[in-house]
Amino acid sequence: MTDILSIAPRPAMTTNKPLLEVRNLVTEFPLRTGIFRAVDDLSFSIEQGKTLCVVGESGSGKSVTARSILQIIDSPGRIASGSILLHQPDGTSLDLAKLDPRGRAIRSVRGRDIAMIFQEPMSSLSPVHTVGDQITEALRLHLKMSKAEARTEAISLLRQVEIPNPEKAIDRYAFQYSGGMRQRAMIAMALACKPQLLIADEPTTALDVTTQAEILDLISRLQKAHGMAVLFITHDMGVVAQIADDVLVMHHGVAKEYGPVEQIFHSPQDPYTRMLIGSVLKLEQKAEIRLARPPLDTTAAPLLEIRNLSMHFGEMKALDDVSISLLPGETLGIVGESGSGKTTMGRSIMRLYDPTAGEMHYRRADGTVMDLAKIGGGELKAARRELRMVFQDPFGSLNPRMTVSQVIGEPLLVNGIARGKALDERVCHLMEQVGLDPSTRERYPHAFSGGQRQRIGIARAITLNPRIIVADEATSALDVSVRFQVLDLLMRLQDELGLAYIFISHDIGVIRYMCDRVGVMYRGKLVEVGEADKVCNAPDHPYTQALISAIPRPDPRDRDHSRRFRYTEPSAAKNGSSAR
Amino acid sequence: MLKFIVKRLFWMIPSLFAVSFLAFVLIQLPPGDFVTTYIATLASSNEVVDQNTAAQLRERFGLDQPMLVQYLKWVWGIVTHGDFGISFEWQQPVSGLIWERMALTLVLALASLIATWALALPIGVYSAVKKYSIGDYAFTAFTFFGLSIPSFLLALVLMYVAAVEFGQDVGGLFSSQYETAPWSIGKMYDLLTHLWLPVAILAVSSTASLIRVMRANMLDELPKPYVTTARAKGLSEFRLLVKYPLRIALNPFISTIAWLLPNLISGSVVVAIVLNLPTAAPLLLQSLMAQDMYLAGAFVLLICALTLIGSLISDILLALVDPRIRLE
Repeated sequence: MTDILSIAPRPAMTTNKPLLEVRNLVTEFPLRTGIFRAVDDLSFSIEQGKTLCVVGESGSGKSVTARSILQIIDSPGRIASGSILLHQPDGTSLDLAKLDPRGRAIRSVRGRDIAMIFQEPMSSLSPVHTVGDQITEALRLHLKMSKAEARTEAISLLRQVEIPNPEKAIDRYAFQYSGGMRQRAMIAMALACKPQLLIADEPTTALDVTTQAEILDLISRLQKAHGMAVLFITHDMGVVAQIADDVLVMHHGVAKEYGPVEQIFHSPQDPYTRMLIGSVLKLEQKAEIRLARPPLDTTAAPLLEIRNLSMHFGEMKALDDVSISLLPGETLGIVGESGSGKTTMGRSIMRLYDPTAGEMHYRRADGTVMDLAKIGGGELKAARRELRMVFQDPFGSLNPRMTVSQVIGEPLLVNGIARGKALDERVCHLMEQVGLDPSTRERYPHAFSGGQRQRIGIARAITLNPRIIVADEATSALDVSVRFQVLDLLMRLQDELGLAYIFISHDIGVIRYMCDRVGVMYRGKLVEVGEADKVCNAPDHPYTQALISAIPRPDPRDRDHSRRFRYTEPSAAKNGSSAR
Repeated sequence: MLKFIVKRLFWMIPSLFAVSFLAFVLIQLPPGDFVTTYIATLASSNEVVDQNTAAQLRERFGLDQPMLVQYLKWVWGIVTHGDFGISFEWQQPVSGLIWERMALTLVLALASLIATWALALPIGVYSAVKKYSIGDYAFTAFTFFGLSIPSFLLALVLMYVAAVEFGQDVGGLFSSQYETAPWSIGKMYDLLTHLWLPVAILAVSSTASLIRVMRANMLDELPKPYVTTARAKGLSEFRLLVKYPLRIALNPFISTIAWLLPNLISGSVVVAIVLNLPTAAPLLLQSLMAQDMYLAGAFVLLICALTLIGSLISDILLALVDPRIRLE
């Protein structure tokens, strides 16, 4: 059994050339309407054993850059000009851009010299082949190993990426793995032939922060162990600050700034980089709008009081005895990792689910109190006018067959409040309120960007003058520069309309920026509730402490991993019936 | 898995009883019975049957008894000694009649199935991989023609062309000298020379639709990230195509086995009649028209059994090839 750590070091470079040199790369997509340049005159190089982070917002061309290197650009994209020089240990250089994308030469580079891992580990692994099958494939192909050798090697690889019980895990399928394990398996697969360069395309975006931290640690450990270079693509400046040696900032296919990580974060030259860093740092503190507000009246009667709410799906306790209250005008954050039950909580409040047990006392404007968990029919309909929701996915939550004015006006129409000209005026006013140009109201959602669509979703939520808005990961799908604009909009509307928010998010930065109080959820239970400042900076519960410790700080000078730890549930609670 | 199969087999029994009873009732629903049809046939050739003879015939066939008794007698015969009854029209045991036809039906169906899959699957994959190429457009044009031309029309045209232009002996599956001859090398060869026409006709429309399905399946799978992963590993295009997207795109075809089996009997009725093929389909039609109820009942029962077995086979196969179904 060979081990990545014990493998003989590759012969030292005879020259001091970088491992990979990209010069004036242009990648184009011929479209019906003309040619779209996804990557425009891009030059950078990667040194052996170093990490280059390519950062940029969606549509910046960072993924296309990575795929150009291996010539696996999705059709109809192609490299139009430029060169991608791979300097090999024997001193020769290979221009990858000149190779035939289907030819033998580039295929022998793929997986052997340069390997790649992707964003969504579930869909990046075949659903009908075992993990072992997919790992051994590369070994058999490039290293010409026998079946038995490849299997032993694959088990050893799985062990190195810390998959428990690798002898068994090798014969299991991707869907039987957890998200973090899948990405570990992908890494094992990519590292199978000990590549000189690992390209990682947003490898941790789909993972929880604690899992992300572990995967990042794993990559950097393996990288050190055999001097592999890493090209890391991400949109998360926190991750960049933690792992990068050099940073390439991309925007609309063009390199905005390219330099050492220290320079990018502490003396950025380019205005776009400054804006990007600025919007990240902005989320490190309280929003200005909130600082200007008078303190919240904590003596007021709660608008919504949730008592012992439980929601079970069969055996699974998605919500387990949760109690929390919401004051008028307050922003209550609900934070937790995937599967913690935070979305179930939002949906139960909206009565999209019928809770298994518990009470939700909602105080109406006239002072009467109703239990949202019990009501039905007309009462529920009336309550839903006052409780509205903003969803995560700005693409999926708008009907593509309805114009924006139809989307926003629908609640008014359905409830018989306005029609015709009056409806049109209301829609125009709402669009102005959320910062959209009313003259675009006859367009369909596809004509709008992600941030604009989320504004449409918000306009739809406030049409009926609600009192509570449940925002379920409302800014997760948005780029950082857009994210705080939407958050600011939500807070401005809160001041104008006197709204209370229940703000569900996995992003502590967003919570810190936006929320007055925070509830932390873990496996269906609310483990900690407190002031946002306190929970984000000095949490009491060990789970919250672990969660906070795993968040990558957007400062390359602050790379202390030693304080990071993973929360394990005390065994007493684990044996209890409530744990799962 | 075994438990699942046993459970499914067990549930087949009540389903078969229900279907057989329903079939029996449905066949008897039209006014009159086999004797009425028989008398009508005789009358058309100017033979008159008096009421007495008719009553005697009814008594002989057991048609004078209540329907439930007839049904129970029939089912009892099947369950106790595999006796499906006697065909009124042919005056032969039903099982013999059916088996005689089933062999040729099977040959024809398998031949056209193999032709269809052998042509459609590679073409579908090619069309998807080379989307919007000239080849793709050509095959797409072919599939639209194949889908829109009714197969009996194609049968008539091809028969005309083969008979008039090439002087071929068309219709049926054998030349007249081999029709009743015992099986021999010569008869086999004769079968092959007759088989190509019905196979071609039957294959055209099913190939056309299968190409479209395969193309769509592949187009769904090709942009999936796991294909890119395989490509990034350095696999050749052909190898990765066969191992990953094709493997998954084939899964829906396994579900089609459920209706392939019953199609053996009831499919391609019109073509079989036009081409005068000695397969099961024309016999089924004839038995229904003549209200030959034991024969028709046996056919319906067989179709039903084949449907149930077919869906069981496809479920088992799906579980075998797709771990997501097997393990979740």
